[in-house]
Amino acid sequence: MNYFNQSLASLHEALATGAFTSEQLMQQSLDNIEATDKDIKAFLRMNEHALEQARAIDAKGISDDQVLAGIPIAIKDNILTKGLRTTAASKILDNFVPIFDATVIEKLQQAGMIVIGKTNLDEFAMGSSTETSAYQMTHNAWNHDKVPGGSSGGSAAAVASGQVIAALGSDTGGSIRQPSAFNGVVGFKPTYGRVSRWGLITFSSSLDEIGIITRNVTDNAKLLNVLAGLDEKDPTTVANETDFTQNLNGDVRGMKIALPREFMGEGVDPQVRDAIIAAADTFRELGATVEEVGLPYSKYAVPTYYIVASSEASSNLQRYDGIRYGFRAPDAKTLEDVYVKSRSEGFGAEVKRRVMLGTFALSAGYYDAYFKKAAQVRALITKDFMDVFKDYDLIMAPTTPTPAFNIGEKIDDPVTMYMNDMLTISANLAGVPAASIPAGFNDEGLPIGMQLIGKHFDENTVYRAGYAFEQATDFHNQVPTVGGEA
Amino acid sequence: MVSKAQIKHVAELARLSFSDEELDHFTEQFDNIIDMVEQLNSVDTTDVPVMTQVTDLVNVLRDDVAQKPTPRAELMENVPESADGLIKVPAIMEKED
Repeated sequence: MNYFNQSLASLHEALATGAFTSEQLMQQSLDNIEATDKDIKAFLRMNEHALEQARAIDAKGISDDQVLAGIPIAIKDNILTKGLRTTAASKILDNFVPIFDATVIEKLQQAGMIVIGKTNLDEFAMGSSTETSAYQMTHNAWNHDKVPGGSSGGSAAAVASGQVIAALGSDTGGSIRQPSAFNGVVGFKPTYGRVSRWGLITFSSSLDEIGIITRNVTDNAKLLNVLAGLDEKDPTTVANETDFTQNLNGDVRGMKIALPREFMGEGVDPQVRDAIIAAADTFRELGATVEEVGLPYSKYAVPTYYIVASSEASSNLQRYDGIRYGFRAPDAKTLEDVYVKSRSEGFGAEVKRRVMLGTFALSAGYYDAYFKKAAQVRALITKDFMDVFKDYDLIMAPTTPTPAFNIGEKIDDPVTMYMNDMLTISANLAGVPAASIPAGFNDEGLPIGMQLIGKHFDENTVYRAGYAFEQATDFHNQVPTVGGEA
Repeated sequence: MVSKAQIKHVAELARLSFSDEELDHFTEQFDNIIDMVEQLNSVDTTDVPVMTQVTDLVNVLRDDVAQKPTPRAELMENVPESADGLIKVPAIMEKED
């Protein structure tokens, strides 16, 4: 079966009333993925114990309040799953089998959800098209010649093609929102500190966040209810008592929404711009106000991000040295050889580029000009957001400057590829919550995403606006043709 | 302009090696990336603080209570080469003839 006409609520009802068992749901999902993933290639590997875990849930029974129990979920392959190989789509972790679960996996399992499999990504989540994966090319659910976006391209394509009802991703510079926009699904990166990063294979510690990809806003909010909260293993997390579904009522009357002119300017495709202008009108019709504002420093987001993220990555990725885990070059004769050969053979080109850029930016004589400068501009970009949020409840913008591009189109030109993230990066630098919501299609039938950005720890306003927009429009109900079926 | 020699030096710091051909291609791409990031030079950052985190949390402490460690056998499961329960690596010192 596919999940096109399902929601977490409809699945729960069917499971709780015995219309089907968790085992049947799992078996049909696995069969559907086997049939459709030849074209999509979203999954790197399936969980061999998924059926047995589903049987265990069936044996215990699913009560009315276990709203997520027995439902399969897909996990980006940079989130650790105990006993289930986790590679970050890198050869350097090809043989890595985690000895513990990420906190988010523990929480999903406590809620009774079952990991169905691990999804493809750009190597170490570094990329915007899932093309830097060491393993396979994932295809956009709507047009197989197009990229699925990245780095959570596998997770977004799996949800969009009806293979799963939900997936986890990670977002360092747009890696949940951009592929969600490209695949016409709801992707949400909560506030930095909202969800524990324990067990997320680290890329850039001050920017990385785990988030959720679903077909609609309600399902997204239900999952955040499970994932949010304090975790002593991630000291940047905070306690949570919020119910993220409480504001899903369609009412945005009086909401003050800002539309930054910098996010609608040069480089933004006219069809994307038109979809956002139409979305602003929808919000006005619903009783919100939408006004143009300025975020002048956001034009420096891309260079700032590439210095900050690459510097943190160059430090974080020092751990891949061929000694304690991961790939060790077989012909290394000396210890230095183990380091250099294992890293040079284990990392792909994009990861090397970023490690090199970060090492350069942190090296003696360049630190002040690059890293320190970028960390200062980051403060200015963040201040812009805080200033806008003094007068507005929410910021709306396009998620990406263009819809999905062709496979192979940008992979040899890193700077052009990096520019693709120009609208998503600022929210990571400032640490604010941001979602991508389906907001239309271009004349080729490719999805267009609207970004909604909220104040720190105000996920509820993002969800409130996203839900109201969803109720007023029909974009999220459109489905692609997968395996000859819609 | 970033020179090939500079790239070589950074590669050594990062414990990466590149073939000569790779190094040429890489120097060119790196140059474009450096051009892009040098846009930041036009921003006045006088008296702007350095921002390295977003939540302003400081010194999150836990009680000083011994924790149960991860079992040694589990930690060794992903080790590429081991002998007698220890991690095996090639000789650290070069042999003198």
